[in-house]
Amino acid sequence: MAEPVRKAFSVRRLPGFTAVTMICFAALYAPIIVIVLYSFNAGDSVALWEGFSLDWYAVAAQNEQVQEATLRSLVIALWASGIATTLATMAALGTTRTAKFPGSTFIYVMINQPLMVPEIVTAVALLIFFASIKVATGYSGLAYLILAHAAFCVPFAYLPIRARLEGMDRVLEVAAADLYATPWQTFRRVTLPLVAPGVVAGAMLAFVISLDDVIITEFVKSAGQDTLPTYMLGQLRRAVTPEVNAISTALLGLTVLLLTAFFILTGRNEKST
Amino acid sequence: MRPSFLALSATALLALSTQAFAAGELNIYNWGNYTNPDLIKKFEKAHDVKVTITDYDSNTTALTKIEAGGHGFDIVVPTGNYVPIYVEKGLLLESRPDQMEHFKNVSESWRDVPWDPKRHYTVPWQWGTTGVAVDTSVYGGDINTSAIFLDPPAELVGKVNVVPEMNDIINMTLFYVGGEPCTTDKTVLKKVRDVLVAAKPKWLSMDYGTTDKLSSGEYPATVNWNGSTFRARLNNPKVAYGYPKEGYPLWMDAVAILKDAKNPENAKLFQNFIMEPENAALISAFARYANGIDGSEAFMPEEMRTAPEIVTPAELRGPGKFLPTCSGESRDLYTAIWTELQK
Amino acid sequence: MTGETGQPRSLEAEATRRHIRRNWLLSLPAILLLLVGASGPLLIVLVYSFLKPGDFSGVIWEPSFNAWFQILFSRDIFDDTVGLADAHLTIFWRSVRLSLSTTLITLVLGLPTAYFIATRSGRERMFWLFLITIPFWTNLLIRTFAILEMLRNEGIVNNSLRGLGLIEEPIQILYTDTAVLIGMAYVYLPLMVLPLYAAIERLDFRLVEAGYDLYANRLQVFRKVILPIIKPGIVAGSILVFVPSLGAYVTPRVLGGGKNMMIGNFIELQFGQGRNWPLGSSLSILLLLIVMAALLLYVRASSREEPHG
Repeated sequence: MAEPVRKAFSVRRLPGFTAVTMICFAALYAPIIVIVLYSFNAGDSVALWEGFSLDWYAVAAQNEQVQEATLRSLVIALWASGIATTLATMAALGTTRTAKFPGSTFIYVMINQPLMVPEIVTAVALLIFFASIKVATGYSGLAYLILAHAAFCVPFAYLPIRARLEGMDRVLEVAAADLYATPWQTFRRVTLPLVAPGVVAGAMLAFVISLDDVIITEFVKSAGQDTLPTYMLGQLRRAVTPEVNAISTALLGLTVLLLTAFFILTGRNEKST
Repeated sequence: MRPSFLALSATALLALSTQAFAAGELNIYNWGNYTNPDLIKKFEKAHDVKVTITDYDSNTTALTKIEAGGHGFDIVVPTGNYVPIYVEKGLLLESRPDQMEHFKNVSESWRDVPWDPKRHYTVPWQWGTTGVAVDTSVYGGDINTSAIFLDPPAELVGKVNVVPEMNDIINMTLFYVGGEPCTTDKTVLKKVRDVLVAAKPKWLSMDYGTTDKLSSGEYPATVNWNGSTFRARLNNPKVAYGYPKEGYPLWMDAVAILKDAKNPENAKLFQNFIMEPENAALISAFARYANGIDGSEAFMPEEMRTAPEIVTPAELRGPGKFLPTCSGESRDLYTAIWTELQK
Repeated sequence: MTGETGQPRSLEAEATRRHIRRNWLLSLPAILLLLVGASGPLLIVLVYSFLKPGDFSGVIWEPSFNAWFQILFSRDIFDDTVGLADAHLTIFWRSVRLSLSTTLITLVLGLPTAYFIATRSGRERMFWLFLITIPFWTNLLIRTFAILEMLRNEGIVNNSLRGLGLIEEPIQILYTDTAVLIGMAYVYLPLMVLPLYAAIERLDFRLVEAGYDLYANRLQVFRKVILPIIKPGIVAGSILVFVPSLGAYVTPRVLGGGKNMMIGNFIELQFGQGRNWPLGSSLSILLLLIVMAALLLYVRASSREEPHG
């Protein structure tokens, strides 16, 4: 870690670095702050501030398409993060705290594959793949979207769980075995509670990722299956109304909430182990 | 925490998928910003049907998605010259609108069209023209010419948007260079390509959403359809519509039912529904185009009867031509030109 | 990756057959899901790239190398000569150019930022980390939309410039390559900062002090001590920015106005007005190969990393 240096040249202050950093943060947040601010604008222009109002939130909330898209986004995200986290937990248990075994690299690559492949390529691949299935089976419900989302959420759930597992000392589990606990009992009463913060963190990450997805959903969706991001994409290409501001701010708020929880959870991790 | 999530979402998923709040469903695939929400609400109430509308921005995109299958749509609204392609590929249901109750309201001139003889497949939605829309405070000269986007005057360089509807753009350019639509004459097409490629650096963008962007002034000029321009003019009085004297497309969009529609009965109800004069008037009142139903004028807003975008001035009527359906070879040539234009 | 957790050797020796089978069984559901929902379909794309295009969509099941040939070469439709596919090359070049520029800009801006965060202590550092992470997890659309709003002719940037009297008429920033570049740099900046931060955090600052002790000035210390050690972080960050920006789709679509296509948009065109699914497939595979190559470079570079001493 960095140690404060009591010298003429402080290691902590390289010339201009602080200034650039502040500019970066300002540049990163300014556009977002503008959106948040103007979502409360009474008027409908981004240039003129016409007073504080929650009108645009009301408009967005009453918009049937927005309601449906939001509900759909949430349903997909819940299912996808649930499936992804379950499978990722199992996979993490199978690939962590163990010596390298034949195929472990393959498993690792497979699980993290969505992180490496550009989204547009996956979107195109799923479009082609699902199109034939849709024609063959005649089914065009939400399952395709849930499947696609669950797949690309797996690595995001996997990494925090794995990180948590790797930090766990086997001592407690060995102790449980010494006390005549069966492997299943050990898992349920020792391993699972210990790894739980990592699992929850992984689930939240997966949830956020699924909620945010644009490209894959845009390509895979069928009639009337807009999610909140695809609805926004459609709006952005036609007319930019402050309604989109309100939706963006609401979505942002949700993300910040989940992220704060994530940080608190993982922060507590370090203290409790 | 997770078990209750699952319970909640299972219920929600069930609710979404069974659509317990309506007896039936109808999935419409239509041009963007082209369907009156009030019309939809009226239809939903009258027939207890839940309607979804999905947008597309070009005939080609729509046909591609429909041909690929598994789309889930019941109704599509292609431009007339694409209907024979749909029929040839066996994509449409022969719903026989000509035998429906309200067919008698369809205007004489629209009852039998070359691209849907005797109306076995489609019902008129709206018809109009493609031209140019210009904010006259930016450019005050003659706007009745395709040169607005093919050879922009100085004030409009870098300020013209071109809607990426391949069919309209290439045909307007063909008229501009003196060719015939659906030609396979390579010399003429070469000129078309050269004109387009030379003009592209002078364009602002190639995007949709023209109604709102004309209204807000974001597009000082754009290739546009007449109704959309009318709507923009209502928001921004400086906007004017130009009928290119070199030649401009006349088109009609028509409502067709897809052969693999999941809700063909509701779709037929919809086809019949829009042939009623009041409902046709609702359609026109929103997008500001003329429709093909007699008696609807009585229900349409006053300003539509005299608007220059709808009632073409006599001297500008000549150059308007309906576009025929192009052969596969000509379509391939068009696509090749269009792809080259994308760079 | 796996193993080598410093556990007693007896536990490591337990990677017996039974354990291997258990590990595989546990991982199997995840692998199956990814095979069906991610990797498997990629194979279909590969197959499609060797077929002929259907009339408007799909493919005709007849083999053809056309889709690959068309990436670089095209038969001029008018005089039937074969030449370089100008349109494609322009789009590739734009994509590479913009991605490289994005990487450079985010590096120049991100390095000082990462250094700053890494040299804070304790709670302050957590605070700054939290701040840089929020934009990272914010929806891509929201971030692109944010830039759209700022760059419009009536947006903040133009209004400020006019307010300050620097310009008369608004500058048309939107729908240009510049707008796409600004958008991408904005979107991918956190992706550059995080790995850089990780690398700088592990830097032993006693080496830096040693440099100062030997009468090097700050610039020399930076160039000769700090930079070489954090190079793996620079490589990681660059890859993390270059790869997604090359395949960017939403940002160029929203900010480019349909005029400034990148590879991602051009691929989408083939599944729409371009009516050429095989070409869209071959382009996707090509993009994937480029990305794999970049990732291999990264793995090679990070394995050459000096062990932390």
